Amino acid sequence: MTQPAITFDAVEKWYGTRDEPVHALAATDLAVAEAEFLVLLGPSGCGKTTLLRMIGGLIAPTSGEIAIEGRSLWRGGQRQAAALSDLGMVFQDANLFPWLSIEQNIALPLELKGVPKAQRAARAQELARLVGIQGFEKRWPRELSGGMRQRAAIARALSYDPRILLMDEPFGALDAMTREAMNLELQRIWLATRKTIVLVTHSIAEAVFLGDRIVLLSPRPGRIDMVVDVPFARPRAPDLQSTVEFQDIVRKLRHRLAEIS
Amino acid sequence: MAEAAPAQFRKRLVTMQGALPWITTPILLATLVLIWDSYVRLSGISPLILPRPGAVWSAWLEMLRDPRAWHHTWMTVYATLTGFTYATVIGVVLGVLIARIRWLEQTLNPFIVATQVIPKVALVPLFVLWFGFGITSKVIVAAVLAFFPILTNTAMGVKSIDEGHRDVMVSLNATRWQVFRRLELPSALPFIITGLEIGIVLAIIGAIVGEYLGGNAGLGHLLIARLNAFETDQMFAVLIHMSMLGFLFYFTIGALRRMLVPWHASARIRV
Repeated sequence: MTQPAITFDAVEKWYGTRDEPVHALAATDLAVAEAEFLVLLGPSGCGKTTLLRMIGGLIAPTSGEIAIEGRSLWRGGQRQAAALSDLGMVFQDANLFPWLSIEQNIALPLELKGVPKAQRAARAQELARLVGIQGFEKRWPRELSGGMRQRAAIARALSYDPRILLMDEPFGALDAMTREAMNLELQRIWLATRKTIVLVTHSIAEAVFLGDRIVLLSPRPGRIDMVVDVPFARPRAPDLQSTVEFQDIVRKLRHRLAEIS
Repeated sequence: MAEAAPAQFRKRLVTMQGALPWITTPILLATLVLIWDSYVRLSGISPLILPRPGAVWSAWLEMLRDPRAWHHTWMTVYATLTGFTYATVIGVVLGVLIARIRWLEQTLNPFIVATQVIPKVALVPLFVLWFGFGITSKVIVAAVLAFFPILTNTAMGVKSIDEGHRDVMVSLNATRWQVFRRLELPSALPFIITGLEIGIVLAIIGAIVGEYLGGNAGLGHLLIARLNAFETDQMFAVLIHMSMLGFLFYFTIGALRRMLVPWHASARIRV
């Protein structure tokens, strides 16, 4: 068996003070396979964002071990740079830097890594084409719509070709129509790049449409409630959502969500 | 009405609004001068109290031809810019540190507030006492006045950095220096420039007030000398000269803003 892209071994997270500790995530085991599209679904307060931010190295687990491509992410309270370079992160807000052009934003990670300017520009052009915002490379972020800004953020996360893409409700701030279009785009990008993707969402339809596997989390403390395999072939078309099979999975998840919320 | 207006027309309106000050300012100025002149003529007020605009204008033209006046101008410019430079360097560095180090902010905050509240102009005689009648006391007054807005705006700028932007830098494993150079500095720059904009005006005030109270150089000194000689038209000329200097400095910072932070909304606001 090949090595998983991400493994969680009894990872636990407590927040807050000594007097009022909050149990954000109970001891959790999880393995994400290479090139898998995994969706973390759950009500607010279920620790799904905490879980994702721990994978991204933004917050440290209280106990337990996280490994990225077989390498420990934390060692002695320090994040390991080698493990981080396998990770690209997309947030709920695009978080583009307003003082950089779209092209410069996409190439920011490369700039931090000291990649020469010409090479950065070429890579930014290539990625702008991949995410469908070619022609807007020289614009300021404020000149783009919310959907296009989020495409640029995805391009930025892909710039240094990480093997894993972490997405924290990336389309949560978009309107329903843009969101559906972005789901199709994300599937296309995923099929073109074959990254491992971990996506956090609270939309059941989005989870079922995109995921290979859905991890349902329950709150207080956050823990894995159930794991659902989504068997549909790729690429999935929007019409899939009106099929009985699709609706069955949605219904199952919705009932369970209602019970645990 | 506005909604019905065709795009072309609306666009022309916007262009006209941009050009509006170029038309209204001369008209307003001319009106003001006319009222001033009429008042002097009709009231029979002594030219020692209020000279006619024409007399002030020719006094200023004469001043522009006088090399001694330019020497005074240079002294004021020197004191202003030197003081402003000190204020900028210390204000920005301290502002960044205060925004980033909590204990430093908590330790210094009472003193910052106290020195903000003290009317600093009242300290000018003290500076003259300590640093003499020469240029040093003027530089220090200019620096002290310009320092606080630069400090507070810088600190505010560094503190208002978007948490999401920080997350991006952390997830990219950026070094401390990269976070400063690529995120904190550009993000705080519009605030810093606002501090500079206020600071430069206060620096001129500081230099001139310093010159009022001591020494024999600078536009402040020149103004007092003209006042004592009852050369009111020339005193008014010095005033105009000072105002021009103020405009020049202020607009230089404004140009700096459009150059350094063209992406920020503040760069699209005129005056």
